[in-house]
Amino acid sequence: MLSEAGLPVIEATSFVSPKWVPQMADNAEVLKGIQKFPGINYPVLTPNIKGFQAAIAAGAKEVTVFGAASELFTKKNTNCSIEESLQRSDEILKAARAADIPVRGYVSCVLGCPYEGKISPAKVAEVTKKMYSMGCYEISLGDTIGVGTPGVMKDMLSAVMHEVPVAALAVHCHDTYGQALANTLMALQMGVSVVDSSVAGLGGCPYAQGASGNLATEDLVYMLSGLGIHTGVNLQKLLEAGTFICQALNRKTSSKVAQATCKL
Amino acid sequence: MGNVPSAVKHCLSYQQLLREHLWIGDSVAGALDPAQLSLLFSLHLFQKETSGFFINFYGTISCLHWETPQLSGLPEYVKIVEVGPRDGLQNEKVIVPTDIKIEFINQLSQTGLSVIEVTSFVSSRWVPQMADHSEVMKGIHQYPGVRYPVLTPNLQGFHRAVAAGATEISVFGAASESFSKKNINCSIEESMQKFEEVVKSARHMNIPVRGYVSCALGCPYEGTIIPQKVTEVSKRLYGMGCYEISLGDTIGVGTPGSMKRMLESVMKEIPPSALAVHCHDTYGQALANILTALQMGINVVDSAVSGLGGCPYAKGASGNVATEDLIYMLNGLGLNTGVNLYKVMEAGDFICKAVNKTTNSKVAQASFNA
Repeated sequence: MLSEAGLPVIEATSFVSPKWVPQMADNAEVLKGIQKFPGINYPVLTPNIKGFQAAIAAGAKEVTVFGAASELFTKKNTNCSIEESLQRSDEILKAARAADIPVRGYVSCVLGCPYEGKISPAKVAEVTKKMYSMGCYEISLGDTIGVGTPGVMKDMLSAVMHEVPVAALAVHCHDTYGQALANTLMALQMGVSVVDSSVAGLGGCPYAQGASGNLATEDLVYMLSGLGIHTGVNLQKLLEAGTFICQALNRKTSSKVAQATCKL
Repeated sequence: MGNVPSAVKHCLSYQQLLREHLWIGDSVAGALDPAQLSLLFSLHLFQKETSGFFINFYGTISCLHWETPQLSGLPEYVKIVEVGPRDGLQNEKVIVPTDIKIEFINQLSQTGLSVIEVTSFVSSRWVPQMADHSEVMKGIHQYPGVRYPVLTPNLQGFHRAVAAGATEISVFGAASESFSKKNINCSIEESMQKFEEVVKSARHMNIPVRGYVSCALGCPYEGTIIPQKVTEVSKRLYGMGCYEISLGDTIGVGTPGSMKRMLESVMKEIPPSALAVHCHDTYGQALANILTALQMGINVVDSAVSGLGGCPYAKGASGNVATEDLIYMLNGLGLNTGVNLYKVMEAGDFICKAVNKTTNSKVAQASFNA
């Protein structure tokens, strides 16, 4: 349904151990099972070389690697330092280059960390630059706990844009404090033209129980349409996909556009 | 990634993060820049209140820490107009008891908010939620330095408001003929004539009047509203004597582009210092629209604690932008509001329990680990 909505990139699954993320245990079946529409990319997360190989075996044509701008977050999340995690990613990048597979990089905690608190823009720039020079074609800068506000977004992007061209940057804003769309707008004003979002605002925040997580794609598309920015996405079809998954998950949508347009 | 139990254990550091990021207006001694002071003063210029208000306000702000805005081109101070008790409660299904309303407003008065819209002197036949307007107005504790405007749709309402102790009023216009007809059963022109009467009486009694223009970015009946129409109605209200015009995206359909176009048009006729924005979050666009308005020089923003008030035109949809989420953004931008976010969150928690609803504020949702 998401493919039919016109989205150009749909992150399909994660080749991480089901011990850590049971929700993604069926990664290979999902990747093999989906219909791959022409012109749409279906990247998958690969946290290590084993996951990468499993992803390739399942037919992946694009992968993503995850870094963080916080040492503590990296330690708690992946049980190693930033340096070690970058080395792991480098392994994947080398293998990916050999297989002609593009790699997208993610940097978490770019506007704040649940353990360290404030994160310096310089640190974000440093990690981003490393991932870019390792060969990631694009780096998605993630406000993992949604604490950022437009000024902080601007400062962080200014620092990163000194090291990495803006065309290779994306923003991944969480809406935990309702700031996602305003932060995304700021990023757009600074020249960023790739934005991550999740239909129906799926995914809560593991660091703040009851809080929301991802920015809702419907609300993002609404804003971009209103701004006259072309996305190629059909909002109506997107809303249908959101309704479908919310019914399946038996949860209410986190998208305000969906709440306002749903006639139930 | 990571299992939830270990993450929840780290909530303590997360709360510390909240404190680090959320500037809550803790007092830091510091001299006030005379230029900043005169800027604030000019924002609150009322003939009658000049000396008293100035002294009270100075007393309050001398304790506040001034931060340099992180974004250039933004105003240094933003006045938040809290409309929860009126616009918020008016649009909630539950009719809140008078004593709860009074307690709610008294709590808000202690947060640092400088303007709190108390109630509406409209016929209880139309808006039963506001039937106790006189009791609420008389019952609240009017804190020094805080203003308590009330809605007065006509002369009768105005007189009742004054009898109940109101010292500031507001009138509501619309940029859409259809909306005006359906909402107050008269054309825009007829409504302006009514307001002229009210404003004249108010000015005679030295009572400041705020003007609202509904449907500034779209109308539930007419659809698109042209910026020129908004300008025309705003100019009329301003010319009558309204000291400030609040431009309302009544159904929340606006986006930063339409906000910009509308403000560009209105600002040709009315100085930005006399303008405010009242954004509804029905489509999740409110904060982005407010950011746009701030970038254009607007420094007065309406909001409702907990995002009280749904949308009567889209069942199940949200309405007002949540004051907590607005303050969070403004704090992060380094803009001074004088408002204590934690106290606002407490007031929000109070009223949500009273109305038996979950808050619409994301900041509150993230901060109160339910």
